[in-house]
Amino acid sequence: MRNITAAASAAATVPSPDAAVEVRGICKMYAEMEALRSIDLDFPAGKLTTLLGPSGCGKTTLLKIIAGLIPATSGEVRVNGKPVTGPGPERAFVFQDFALMPWATVMRNVAFGLELKGVGKDERQAVAQKYIAEVGLSGFENKYPHELSGGMRQRVGLARAFAVNADVLLLDEPFSAVDEQNRRKFQEDLLRLVDLEKKTFIFVTHSIEEAVYCSDRIVILSRRPGRVAQIIEPEIDRTASPDAIRRDQGYLDTVEEIWQGLKRYVD
Amino acid sequence: MSAPAHANGSPRALPGTGASSFWGKLLEHRTALWRTASIGLFFLVWEIAGRIPISFAFPTFLETLRAFLTMLFDGSFVAAYAETLQPLVIGIAISAVLGVGLGIVMGLSRFAEWLVAPIFIVLQAAPMAALIPLITFVYGIGLVSKTLAVVMLALPVIALNGYKAVRNTNPSLVDMCRSFQGSWWQRIVKIILPDASPIIFAGLRLGLAAGFIGVILAELLITPTGIGDLITYHRSVADYPEMYAAVVSIILVSTLTLSALEAFEVRVLRPEKKKG
Amino acid sequence: MTLFGYRVPMMASLLAWCVIWEIVGQAGVSFLVPPLSDVLVAAFSLVQTGSWQAAALTTLNSFLIGMALAIVAGVVIGVLMGRSTLADNLLGIWVNIFVSAPLSALVPVLMILFGMGETTVVVTVFLFAVWIIVLDTRAGIQAVPRSLEEMGRSYGAGGLRLYSKIILLAALPEILAGIRLGMVRGVKGVVIGQLLVSIIGYGELFELYSRNFDMENFWALTIILFAAAMGLSALIENIEKRVEYYAGVR
Repeated sequence: MRNITAAASAAATVPSPDAAVEVRGICKMYAEMEALRSIDLDFPAGKLTTLLGPSGCGKTTLLKIIAGLIPATSGEVRVNGKPVTGPGPERAFVFQDFALMPWATVMRNVAFGLELKGVGKDERQAVAQKYIAEVGLSGFENKYPHELSGGMRQRVGLARAFAVNADVLLLDEPFSAVDEQNRRKFQEDLLRLVDLEKKTFIFVTHSIEEAVYCSDRIVILSRRPGRVAQIIEPEIDRTASPDAIRRDQGYLDTVEEIWQGLKRYVD
Repeated sequence: MSAPAHANGSPRALPGTGASSFWGKLLEHRTALWRTASIGLFFLVWEIAGRIPISFAFPTFLETLRAFLTMLFDGSFVAAYAETLQPLVIGIAISAVLGVGLGIVMGLSRFAEWLVAPIFIVLQAAPMAALIPLITFVYGIGLVSKTLAVVMLALPVIALNGYKAVRNTNPSLVDMCRSFQGSWWQRIVKIILPDASPIIFAGLRLGLAAGFIGVILAELLITPTGIGDLITYHRSVADYPEMYAAVVSIILVSTLTLSALEAFEVRVLRPEKKKG
Repeated sequence: MTLFGYRVPMMASLLAWCVIWEIVGQAGVSFLVPPLSDVLVAAFSLVQTGSWQAAALTTLNSFLIGMALAIVAGVVIGVLMGRSTLADNLLGIWVNIFVSAPLSALVPVLMILFGMGETTVVVTVFLFAVWIIVLDTRAGIQAVPRSLEEMGRSYGAGGLRLYSKIILLAALPEILAGIRLGMVRGVKGVVIGQLLVSIIGYGELFELYSRNFDMENFWALTIILFAAAMGLSALIENIEKRVEYYAGVR
């Protein structure tokens, strides 16, 4: 495990060349409430970075600012060097509550991003088919969301985000509405997909275990107003089996250290 | 990948088809049995009350049934409903177009909401029936008056439902559409309207129920025609079984129409409500 | 809506519509639409007349009796249906039919059964209001979590105390919502009943003024009636808001 909190402030002034997403001095005020205070972060390309913190620390707000869904009060977000003014094709969002259209089949849901872009029906269905298979939902193309379990629904959400071929995937607590067993399986699958797709992932969670298990880098936000409290890079051998990782001493130590740091925010 | 097999462990997964169809059938039969028992019991109580009799103007169930069948086969129902349903259908069609349109505009525009929604909120809570005598004196006793009566009662609930449906679109779906750079028009056509359609349709159903009240009221108050005339006429000559049969028929017609619409709603607009 | 940075309350647009009404009235577009100011003047003198006061009293009387009966019967039947499957199975279909049936067709039947008087109007109010109260009470009772009831039993509440202290209170948000919707329907019922019986209360005045094309008084009656209906609905809504907070955490 490597604690790079001290290096973080230095990185803020000198943008690292491999950063896919750069966050510079982001502040967010909701009326009189300060949600985020001067956030400076780099998200390295091709890696999975987790935003972790107690509830109400503004981690989802930060993710939605990066997505361009919420405007920041001040500061700037750059994706691939270009400033963000709204949602863009280089970013795709995975929603906490799945945000699937209940009136549409799995196929239409997955192809929806392409449908909005005006891609022809055959072409978008071919792309959607590929990602439906990749997330393990082959055979469910003509089912409706209500016929799927929570875990399967989020697989649809993930496939939809992959289908638009964005460089950056933004995942907002994607597993929080998925039951524990399915969540573990899903985490393992996600790691495989990170490896396969070579995209930049930004992942919001409140589960310490999930963060340590999945991430290349963990950004811990403090309680309101949200600030960067700590940045940790868990150095875990990902080639080991999932079960071995969960028993690995480095994994367990990292979880423990983060818990010790976060404990004071819990009421 | 083996995800679907895993997902079978969740409570949402369907049980084996053999067992589910057996239980399903028994359950279906049970509801049907209860309904029959409930309806039968009601008719029995009616028959007994009619035989006591609780009032000189209270025919037994069997007398009413006989009158009902006679009127059904001698064409008096057909003629009456041809007249009653005409203003109802026209009025509902006008209210549907106007109400859904206004509702959507109110849901999308804050200014339209401010300007128009309060009117409909007042009209829905207020007894619009009070205005029916007025329209008689303006538009006479013809089709226009009856249609207006239907529109007055049906329009507010249709418009308000459309407005609420559009205003309460799932914000997460709207965010989703924005995050995939959907245009303003795509957001309305592909997200907001489909998401709102079940509630808009429920509004149409409520509007139709109100329209039935309106058309009957118009026929009783303004113009003795259609089914309202059947009720008034048989009452004036003290043919109580016929009068009751006419009342039962309009309740039956409205109930059947409304349940058919509800079934359509579940089948077409709410795939998630359909039974697996 | 916001105008020049100020939040304009939603109902304020009604004032704008009143101004439009006044302008249309002054312009003399139609004898049906007298200026609003004339209507208000008429309303002031109307409420001082004996005939209006008598009509209002009769109307209020029928409405209150009908509503009281509907609330008592509605809550009792609703609780019964919520707690007993047998009652639910036997009554469910009829409650669902009558809640959306054109009850205006039943009024002529009531007129021959109960006479051309106040009783008919009371029964009409009852029939318009009761079904939605039954349905909402039933929904409220069924929403009471089992654990809350078990808590009551484990602390020794049983029978009447269980109902009065736990179940009815826990279902109060839905019951009040049902009563508010029932009131709205009850107001419609009292008007429809009186219009059809047409020789009592407000219905008689409506007949009288519209027959004589006395539009100022007709609209004055309407405005008073609409205002009363809105006021009543707002009152119940206010009470509802006080108990609403626990509907979410029950």
